[in-house]
Amino acid sequence: MNINATLIGESIAFIVFVIFCMKFVWPPIMAAIEDRQKTIADGLAASDRAAKDLELAQAKAAEQLKEAKAQAAEIIEAAKKREAQMIDEAAEKAQAEREKIIASGHAEIESERNRATEELRQQVSALAVAGAEKILERSIDAAAHSDILDKLVAEL
Amino acid sequence: MAADTGSYIKHHLTNAKMCMSDGGVAFNKACADAGFWTVHVDTLAWSIVLGLIFLLTFRSVAKKATTGVPGKLQCAVEMIVEFVDKSVKETFHGKNALIAPLSLTIFMWVLLMNAMDWVPVDWIPTIAGLIGQHAFGMDPHDVYIKSVPTTDMNMTFALSIGVFFLIIYYSIKVKGLGGFAKELTLQPFNHPAFIPVNFILESVTLIARPVSLALRLFGNLYAGELIFILIATIGLFQLPVHFLWAAFHLLVIPLQAFIFMMLTIVYLSLAHEDH
Repeated sequence: MNINATLIGESIAFIVFVIFCMKFVWPPIMAAIEDRQKTIADGLAASDRAAKDLELAQAKAAEQLKEAKAQAAEIIEAAKKREAQMIDEAAEKAQAEREKIIASGHAEIESERNRATEELRQQVSALAVAGAEKILERSIDAAAHSDILDKLVAEL
Repeated sequence: MAADTGSYIKHHLTNAKMCMSDGGVAFNKACADAGFWTVHVDTLAWSIVLGLIFLLTFRSVAKKATTGVPGKLQCAVEMIVEFVDKSVKETFHGKNALIAPLSLTIFMWVLLMNAMDWVPVDWIPTIAGLIGQHAFGMDPHDVYIKSVPTTDMNMTFALSIGVFFLIIYYSIKVKGLGGFAKELTLQPFNHPAFIPVNFILESVTLIARPVSLALRLFGNLYAGELIFILIATIGLFQLPVHFLWAAFHLLVIPLQAFIFMMLTIVYLSLAHEDH
Protein backbone atom coordinates (compact mmCIF):
# COMPACT_ATOMS: atom_id res chain seq x y z
CA MET A 1 0.00 0.00 0.00
CA ASN A 2 1.34 3.31 -1.02
CA ILE A 3 -1.39 5.78 -0.15
CA ASN A 4 -0.14 9.30 0.40
CA ALA A 5 -0.89 12.95 -0.24
CA THR A 6 -1.20 12.28 -3.98
CA LEU A 7 -4.70 11.11 -3.10
CA ILE A 8 -5.60 14.62 -1.97
CA GLY A 9 -4.09 16.21 -5.05
CA GLU A 10 -5.90 13.85 -7.38
CA SER A 11 -9.16 14.37 -5.52
CA ILE A 12 -8.89 18.12 -6.00
CA ALA A 13 -8.05 17.62 -9.68
CA PHE A 14 -11.05 15.28 -10.02
CA ILE A 15 -13.43 17.77 -8.42
CA VAL A 16 -12.15 20.64 -10.55
CA PHE A 17 -12.38 18.58 -13.74
CA VAL A 18 -15.92 17.42 -13.01
CA ILE A 19 -17.07 20.95 -12.24
CA PHE A 20 -15.42 22.28 -15.40
CA CYS A 21 -17.01 19.52 -17.44
CA MET A 22 -20.40 20.16 -15.87
CA LYS A 23 -20.27 23.91 -16.44
CA PHE A 24 -18.44 24.38 -19.72
CA VAL A 25 -18.32 21.12 -21.67
CA TRP A 26 -21.49 19.10 -21.24
CA PRO A 27 -24.21 21.76 -21.68
CA PRO A 28 -23.02 23.30 -24.98
CA ILE A 29 -22.31 19.91 -26.60
CA MET A 30 -25.64 18.53 -25.45
CA ALA A 31 -27.38 21.68 -26.69
CA ALA A 32 -25.75 21.33 -30.10
CA ILE A 33 -26.72 17.67 -30.33
CA GLU A 34 -30.29 18.31 -29.28
CA ASP A 35 -30.58 21.26 -31.66
CA ARG A 36 -29.36 19.16 -34.54
CA GLN A 37 -31.70 16.32 -33.60
CA LYS A 38 -34.56 18.77 -33.67
CA THR A 39 -33.46 20.18 -37.02
CA ILE A 40 -33.24 16.70 -38.51
CA ALA A 41 -36.60 15.70 -37.08
CA ASP A 42 -38.13 18.88 -38.51
CA GLY A 43 -36.53 18.22 -41.88
CA LEU A 44 -37.86 14.69 -41.97
CA ALA A 45 -41.32 15.86 -41.01
CA ALA A 46 -41.17 18.56 -43.71
CA SER A 47 -40.13 16.07 -46.36
CA ASP A 48 -42.95 13.77 -45.29
CA ARG A 49 -45.35 16.66 -45.57
CA ALA A 50 -43.96 17.60 -48.97
CA ALA A 51 -44.39 14.03 -50.24
CA LYS A 52 -47.98 14.04 -49.04
CA ASP A 53 -48.56 17.44 -50.65
CA LEU A 54 -47.12 16.18 -53.91
CA GLU A 55 -49.41 13.16 -53.84
CA LEU A 56 -52.38 15.40 -53.17
CA ALA A 57 -51.40 17.78 -55.94
CA GLN A 58 -51.00 14.91 -58.37
CA ALA A 59 -54.41 13.55 -57.46
CA LYS A 60 -55.89 17.02 -57.85
CA ALA A 61 -54.22 17.52 -61.23
CA ALA A 62 -55.53 14.17 -62.45
CA GLU A 63 -58.99 15.11 -61.25
CA GLN A 64 -58.84 18.46 -62.99
CA LEU A 65 -57.59 16.89 -66.18
CA LYS A 66 -60.47 14.45 -66.12
CA GLU A 67 -62.89 17.28 -65.51
CA ALA A 68 -61.42 19.33 -68.34
CA LYS A 69 -61.70 16.40 -70.72
CA ALA A 70 -65.30 15.89 -69.72
CA GLN A 71 -65.98 19.57 -70.22
CA ALA A 72 -64.35 19.56 -73.62
CA ALA A 73 -66.43 16.58 -74.68
CA GLU A 74 -69.51 18.37 -73.44
CA ILE A 75 -68.65 21.51 -75.37
CA ILE A 76 -68.00 19.54 -78.55
CA GLU A 77 -71.29 17.73 -78.10
CA ALA A 78 -73.13 21.00 -77.63
CA ALA A 79 -71.44 22.49 -80.67
CA LYS A 80 -72.44 19.52 -82.79
CA LYS A 81 -75.99 19.82 -81.56
CA ARG A 82 -76.01 23.51 -82.33
CA GLU A 83 -74.62 22.88 -85.80
CA ALA A 84 -77.33 20.36 -86.56
CA GLN A 85 -79.90 22.75 -85.18
CA MET A 86 -78.61 25.61 -87.30
CA ILE A 87 -78.66 23.45 -90.42
CA ASP A 88 -82.21 22.40 -89.64
CA GLU A 89 -83.25 25.96 -89.02
CA ALA A 90 -81.68 27.13 -92.29
CA ALA A 91 -83.34 24.32 -94.19
CA GLU A 92 -86.67 25.15 -92.65
CA LYS A 93 -86.24 28.80 -93.48
CA ALA A 94 -85.28 28.00 -97.04
CA GLN A 95 -88.25 25.69 -97.35
CA ALA A 96 -90.57 28.45 -96.11
CA GLU A 97 -89.00 30.96 -98.46
CA ARG A 98 -89.40 28.56 -101.30
CA GLU A 99 -93.02 27.97 -100.49
CA LYS A 100 -93.60 31.69 -100.20
CA ILE A 101 -91.97 32.34 -103.56
CA ILE A 102 -93.91 29.52 -105.14
CA ALA A 103 -97.14 30.80 -103.61
CA SER A 104 -96.51 34.33 -104.83
CA GLY A 105 -95.68 32.97 -108.28
CA HIS A 106 -98.92 31.03 -108.27
CA ALA A 107 -100.83 34.12 -107.24
CA GLU A 108 -99.22 36.19 -109.95
CA ILE A 109 -99.95 33.57 -112.52
CA GLU A 110 -103.52 33.39 -111.29
CA SER A 111 -104.04 37.13 -111.46
CA GLU A 112 -102.38 37.29 -114.86
CA ARG A 113 -104.65 34.58 -116.05
CA ASN A 114 -107.71 36.30 -114.60
CA ARG A 115 -106.69 39.49 -116.31
CA ALA A 116 -106.18 37.68 -119.59
CA THR A 117 -109.50 35.91 -119.21
CA GLU A 118 -111.19 39.22 -118.50
CA GLU A 119 -109.59 40.79 -121.51
CA LEU A 120 -110.45 37.79 -123.58
CA ARG A 121 -114.03 38.05 -122.44
CA GLN A 122 -114.17 41.71 -123.43
CA GLN A 123 -112.73 40.89 -126.78
CA VAL A 124 -115.03 37.90 -127.19
CA SER A 125 -118.05 40.02 -126.38
CA ALA A 126 -116.92 42.66 -128.88
CA LEU A 127 -116.23 39.92 -131.42
CA ALA A 128 -119.59 38.37 -130.74
CA VAL A 129 -121.30 41.72 -131.23
CA ALA A 130 -119.38 42.37 -134.36
CA GLY A 131 -120.13 38.86 -135.56
CA ALA A 132 -123.81 39.20 -134.81
CA GLU A 133 -123.90 42.59 -136.52
CA LYS A 134 -122.36 41.05 -139.49
CA ILE A 135 -124.69 38.09 -139.36
CA LEU A 136 -127.81 40.14 -138.93
CA GLU A 137 -126.47 42.89 -141.07
CA ARG A 138 -128.48 45.26 -139.24
CA SER A 139 -127.81 47.61 -136.60
CA ILE A 140 -128.59 46.40 -133.32
CA ASP A 141 -129.24 48.72 -130.58
CA ALA A 142 -126.31 47.85 -128.43
CA ALA A 143 -127.87 49.50 -125.47
CA ALA A 144 -131.15 47.57 -125.86
CA HIS A 145 -129.42 44.23 -126.08
CA SER A 146 -126.68 44.83 -123.63
CA ASP A 147 -128.39 42.70 -121.00
CA ILE A 148 -128.37 39.78 -123.38
CA LEU A 149 -124.73 40.44 -124.20
CA ASP A 150 -123.85 40.70 -120.58
CA LYS A 151 -125.54 37.38 -119.98
CA LEU A 152 -123.54 35.95 -122.82
CA VAL A 153 -120.33 37.35 -121.48
CA ALA A 154 -121.02 35.86 -118.05
CA GLU A 155 -121.61 32.47 -119.63
CA LEU A 156 -118.23 32.47 -121.32
CA MET B 1 20.70 -10.80 -15.09
CA ALA B 2 18.11 -11.77 -12.52
CA ALA B 3 19.13 -8.97 -10.22
CA ASP B 4 19.20 -6.61 -13.16
CA THR B 5 15.73 -7.66 -14.24
CA GLY B 6 14.51 -7.26 -10.69
CA SER B 7 15.87 -3.76 -10.34
CA TYR B 8 14.66 -2.88 -13.87
CA ILE B 9 11.12 -3.88 -13.00
CA LYS B 10 11.31 -2.17 -9.64
CA HIS B 11 12.63 0.99 -11.25
CA HIS B 12 9.72 1.04 -13.69
CA LEU B 13 7.17 0.54 -10.95
CA THR B 14 8.44 3.29 -8.66
CA ASN B 15 6.75 6.65 -8.68
CA ALA B 16 8.60 9.95 -8.68
CA LYS B 17 8.15 11.17 -5.11
CA MET B 18 8.31 14.65 -3.73
CA CYS B 19 8.07 15.68 -0.10
CA MET B 20 8.80 18.54 2.22
CA SER B 21 12.11 18.33 4.01
CA ASP B 22 13.85 20.65 6.46
CA GLY B 23 15.39 22.77 3.75
CA GLY B 24 12.54 22.83 1.22
CA VAL B 25 11.48 20.03 -1.06
CA ALA B 26 13.16 16.66 -1.37
CA PHE B 27 12.77 13.98 -4.02
CA ASN B 28 12.58 10.21 -4.35
CA LYS B 29 14.88 8.31 -1.96
CA ALA B 30 15.09 11.26 0.38
CA CYS B 31 11.38 10.89 0.89
CA ALA B 32 11.54 7.30 2.12
CA ASP B 33 10.54 8.37 5.61
CA ALA B 34 8.14 11.15 4.75
CA GLY B 35 5.11 8.92 5.26
CA PHE B 36 1.75 10.25 4.16
CA TRP B 37 2.96 13.70 3.18
CA THR B 38 4.60 12.53 -0.01
CA VAL B 39 3.34 13.37 -3.45
CA HIS B 40 3.72 11.24 -6.58
CA VAL B 41 4.71 14.00 -8.98
CA ASP B 42 4.50 11.78 -12.05
CA THR B 43 1.00 10.54 -11.29
CA LEU B 44 -0.21 14.07 -10.61
CA ALA B 45 1.45 15.58 -13.66
CA TRP B 46 0.37 12.92 -16.14
CA SER B 47 -3.17 12.73 -14.84
CA ILE B 48 -3.62 16.50 -14.88
CA VAL B 49 -2.09 16.81 -18.36
CA LEU B 50 -4.37 14.04 -19.65
CA GLY B 51 -7.38 15.55 -17.91
CA LEU B 52 -6.59 18.90 -19.48
CA ILE B 53 -6.20 17.29 -22.91
CA PHE B 54 -9.66 15.81 -22.50
CA LEU B 55 -11.28 18.96 -21.15
CA LEU B 56 -9.65 21.40 -23.55
CA THR B 57 -10.40 19.26 -26.58
CA PHE B 58 -14.02 18.89 -25.57
CA ARG B 59 -14.22 22.54 -24.57
CA SER B 60 -12.91 23.72 -27.95
CA VAL B 61 -15.47 21.51 -29.67
CA ALA B 62 -18.18 22.78 -27.35
CA LYS B 63 -17.29 26.38 -28.15
CA LYS B 64 -17.31 25.81 -31.89
CA ALA B 65 -20.17 23.33 -31.81
CA THR B 66 -22.38 23.87 -34.80
CA THR B 67 -25.89 22.57 -35.07
CA GLY B 68 -25.40 22.16 -38.80
CA VAL B 69 -23.07 19.68 -40.44
CA PRO B 70 -20.42 18.84 -37.81
CA GLY B 71 -16.72 18.42 -38.46
CA LYS B 72 -14.92 15.15 -37.85
CA LEU B 73 -13.67 16.07 -34.38
CA GLN B 74 -17.10 17.31 -33.39
CA CYS B 75 -18.59 14.05 -34.64
CA ALA B 76 -16.16 12.02 -32.54
CA VAL B 77 -16.81 14.13 -29.45
CA GLU B 78 -20.55 13.97 -29.97
CA MET B 79 -20.40 10.21 -30.37
CA ILE B 80 -18.66 9.89 -27.00
CA VAL B 81 -21.04 12.35 -25.36
CA GLU B 82 -24.08 10.55 -26.74
CA PHE B 83 -22.67 7.20 -25.72
CA VAL B 84 -22.23 8.42 -22.14
CA ASP B 85 -25.61 10.14 -22.20
CA LYS B 86 -27.30 6.93 -23.36
CA SER B 87 -25.56 4.88 -20.67
CA VAL B 88 -26.69 7.37 -18.03
CA LYS B 89 -30.28 7.54 -19.28
CA GLU B 90 -30.62 3.76 -19.47
CA THR B 91 -29.59 3.31 -15.85
CA PHE B 92 -30.42 6.51 -14.04
CA HIS B 93 -33.98 7.72 -14.33
CA GLY B 94 -34.01 10.71 -12.00
CA LYS B 95 -33.16 14.27 -12.82
CA ASN B 96 -29.60 15.19 -12.01
CA ALA B 97 -27.37 17.64 -13.82
CA LEU B 98 -24.22 16.22 -12.27
CA ILE B 99 -24.26 12.54 -13.13
CA ALA B 100 -23.88 12.77 -16.91
CA PRO B 101 -20.90 15.18 -16.92
CA LEU B 102 -19.41 13.25 -14.01
CA SER B 103 -19.66 10.04 -16.00
CA LEU B 104 -18.16 11.69 -19.06
CA THR B 105 -15.26 13.03 -17.03
CA ILE B 106 -14.63 9.66 -15.42
CA PHE B 107 -14.88 7.77 -18.70
CA MET B 108 -12.65 10.05 -20.75
CA TRP B 109 -10.12 10.70 -18.01
CA VAL B 110 -9.73 7.05 -17.08
CA LEU B 111 -9.63 6.09 -20.75
CA LEU B 112 -6.82 8.53 -21.50
CA MET B 113 -4.89 7.55 -18.37
CA ASN B 114 -5.29 3.87 -19.22
CA ALA B 115 -4.23 4.58 -22.78
CA MET B 116 -0.81 5.59 -21.47
CA ASP B 117 -0.35 1.84 -21.05
CA TRP B 118 0.16 1.62 -24.82
CA VAL B 119 3.23 3.85 -24.74
CA PRO B 120 6.21 1.45 -24.81
CA VAL B 121 7.41 1.07 -21.26
CA ASP B 122 10.95 2.32 -21.84
CA TRP B 123 10.26 5.48 -23.80
CA ILE B 124 9.16 7.85 -21.11
CA PRO B 125 11.55 6.66 -18.36
CA THR B 126 14.49 6.79 -20.81
CA ILE B 127 13.66 10.30 -21.93
CA ALA B 128 13.10 11.39 -18.36
CA GLY B 129 16.40 9.77 -17.36
CA LEU B 130 18.27 11.63 -20.09
CA ILE B 131 16.67 14.92 -19.10
CA GLY B 132 17.50 14.27 -15.44
CA GLN B 133 21.07 13.34 -16.30
CA HIS B 134 21.86 16.24 -18.58
CA ALA B 135 19.71 19.04 -17.21
CA PHE B 136 19.99 18.32 -13.50
CA GLY B 137 23.08 16.16 -13.27
CA MET B 138 21.23 13.26 -11.69
CA ASP B 139 22.00 9.58 -11.91
CA PRO B 140 19.45 8.28 -14.50
CA HIS B 141 18.75 5.34 -12.16
CA ASP B 142 17.47 7.82 -9.61
CA VAL B 143 14.99 9.33 -12.05
CA TYR B 144 11.68 7.61 -11.61
CA ILE B 145 8.64 8.09 -13.74
CA LYS B 146 5.50 6.01 -14.00
CA SER B 147 3.42 7.31 -16.86
CA VAL B 148 0.17 5.36 -16.32
CA PRO B 149 -1.60 7.25 -13.52
CA THR B 150 -4.20 4.50 -13.04
CA THR B 151 -1.45 2.11 -11.93
CA ASP B 152 -1.16 4.31 -8.85
CA MET B 153 -3.65 3.48 -6.14
CA ASN B 154 -3.78 7.13 -5.13
CA MET B 155 -5.31 7.94 -8.48
CA THR B 156 -7.94 5.22 -8.47
CA PHE B 157 -8.87 5.84 -4.86
CA ALA B 158 -9.17 9.56 -5.46
CA LEU B 159 -11.78 8.80 -8.12
CA SER B 160 -13.64 6.18 -6.13
CA ILE B 161 -13.64 8.21 -2.91
CA GLY B 162 -15.10 11.13 -4.85
CA VAL B 163 -17.83 8.79 -6.07
CA PHE B 164 -18.26 7.44 -2.53
CA PHE B 165 -18.91 10.91 -1.14
CA LEU B 166 -21.43 11.54 -3.88
CA ILE B 167 -23.19 8.27 -2.99
CA ILE B 168 -23.47 9.37 0.63
CA TYR B 169 -24.45 12.91 -0.32
CA TYR B 170 -27.26 11.83 -2.62
CA SER B 171 -28.42 9.07 -0.25
CA ILE B 172 -28.90 11.67 2.48
CA LYS B 173 -30.31 14.28 0.10
CA VAL B 174 -32.90 11.97 -1.45
CA LYS B 175 -33.86 9.81 1.54
CA GLY B 176 -33.05 12.20 4.37
CA LEU B 177 -30.69 11.41 7.20
CA GLY B 178 -33.31 9.16 8.82
CA GLY B 179 -34.02 7.35 5.58
CA PHE B 180 -30.36 6.71 5.01
CA ALA B 181 -29.94 5.49 8.60
CA LYS B 182 -32.94 3.19 8.15
CA GLU B 183 -31.47 1.83 4.96
CA LEU B 184 -28.26 1.04 6.83
CA THR B 185 -29.95 -0.60 9.84
CA LEU B 186 -33.28 -2.12 8.82
CA GLN B 187 -32.25 -4.33 5.95
CA PRO B 188 -31.82 -7.07 4.98
CA PHE B 189 -33.48 -8.21 8.29
CA ASN B 190 -36.28 -5.88 9.22
CA HIS B 191 -36.34 -6.46 12.97
CA PRO B 192 -35.01 -4.23 15.79
CA ALA B 193 -32.92 -7.05 17.19
CA PHE B 194 -30.97 -7.27 13.96
CA ILE B 195 -29.97 -3.62 13.81
CA PRO B 196 -26.29 -4.19 14.66
CA VAL B 197 -26.02 -7.12 12.25
CA ASN B 198 -27.73 -5.12 9.53
CA PHE B 199 -25.52 -2.16 10.17
CA ILE B 200 -22.36 -4.23 9.83
CA LEU B 201 -23.61 -5.90 6.64
CA GLU B 202 -24.77 -2.66 5.02
CA SER B 203 -21.64 -0.76 6.01
CA VAL B 204 -19.51 -3.44 4.40
CA THR B 205 -21.67 -3.22 1.26
CA LEU B 206 -21.36 0.54 1.21
CA ILE B 207 -17.63 0.65 1.78
CA ALA B 208 -16.96 -2.24 -0.57
CA ARG B 209 -18.20 -0.08 -3.44
CA PRO B 210 -15.41 2.53 -3.58
CA VAL B 211 -12.81 -0.04 -2.56
CA SER B 212 -13.79 -2.46 -5.30
CA LEU B 213 -14.04 0.37 -7.86
CA ALA B 214 -10.55 1.59 -7.08
CA LEU B 215 -8.91 -1.81 -6.72
CA ARG B 216 -10.47 -3.21 -9.90
CA LEU B 217 -9.11 -0.40 -12.02
CA PHE B 218 -5.78 -0.35 -10.24
CA GLY B 219 -5.38 -4.13 -10.37
CA ASN B 220 -6.16 -4.45 -14.05
CA LEU B 221 -3.88 -1.66 -15.13
CA TYR B 222 -1.08 -2.49 -12.73
CA ALA B 223 -1.08 -6.10 -13.89
CA GLY B 224 -1.17 -5.01 -17.50
CA GLU B 225 1.69 -2.61 -16.99
CA LEU B 226 3.69 -5.24 -15.09
CA ILE B 227 3.32 -7.68 -17.97
CA PHE B 228 4.39 -4.98 -20.44
CA ILE B 229 7.51 -4.50 -18.35
CA LEU B 230 8.14 -8.25 -18.15
CA ILE B 231 7.74 -8.53 -21.91
CA ALA B 232 10.25 -5.72 -22.30
CA THR B 233 12.88 -7.83 -20.50
CA ILE B 234 12.79 -10.86 -22.82
CA GLY B 235 14.96 -9.52 -25.60
CA LEU B 236 14.19 -9.36 -29.30
CA PHE B 237 11.28 -11.76 -29.07
CA GLN B 238 9.41 -9.04 -27.17
CA LEU B 239 8.25 -7.34 -30.36
CA PRO B 240 5.47 -9.76 -31.44
CA VAL B 241 4.57 -10.50 -27.83
CA HIS B 242 4.36 -6.81 -27.04
CA PHE B 243 2.18 -6.34 -30.08
CA LEU B 244 -0.18 -9.09 -28.93
CA TRP B 245 -0.39 -7.72 -25.41
CA ALA B 246 -0.99 -4.18 -26.69
CA ALA B 247 -3.71 -5.48 -29.01
CA PHE B 248 -5.30 -7.23 -26.05
CA HIS B 249 -5.30 -3.89 -24.27
CA LEU B 250 -7.56 -2.52 -27.00
CA LEU B 251 -10.13 -4.43 -24.99
CA VAL B 252 -8.88 -3.87 -21.45
CA ILE B 253 -8.35 -0.10 -21.60
CA PRO B 254 -11.79 1.05 -22.78
CA LEU B 255 -13.49 -1.74 -20.86
CA GLN B 256 -12.01 -0.66 -17.53
CA ALA B 257 -12.93 2.97 -18.23
CA PHE B 258 -16.45 1.88 -19.15
CA ILE B 259 -16.82 -0.33 -16.07
CA PHE B 260 -15.72 2.47 -13.77
CA MET B 261 -18.20 4.84 -15.39
CA MET B 262 -21.05 2.35 -15.47
CA LEU B 263 -20.63 1.33 -11.83
CA THR B 264 -20.52 4.99 -10.83
CA ILE B 265 -23.86 5.51 -12.55
CA VAL B 266 -25.32 2.35 -10.98
CA TYR B 267 -24.17 3.30 -7.48
CA LEU B 268 -25.50 6.83 -7.81
CA SER B 269 -28.83 5.63 -9.14
CA LEU B 270 -29.04 3.19 -6.22
CA ALA B 271 -28.37 6.14 -3.93
CA HIS B 272 -31.35 7.92 -5.53
CA GLU B 273 -33.72 5.00 -5.11
CA ASP B 274 -36.06 4.83 -2.17
CA HIS B 275 -36.66 1.30 -0.98
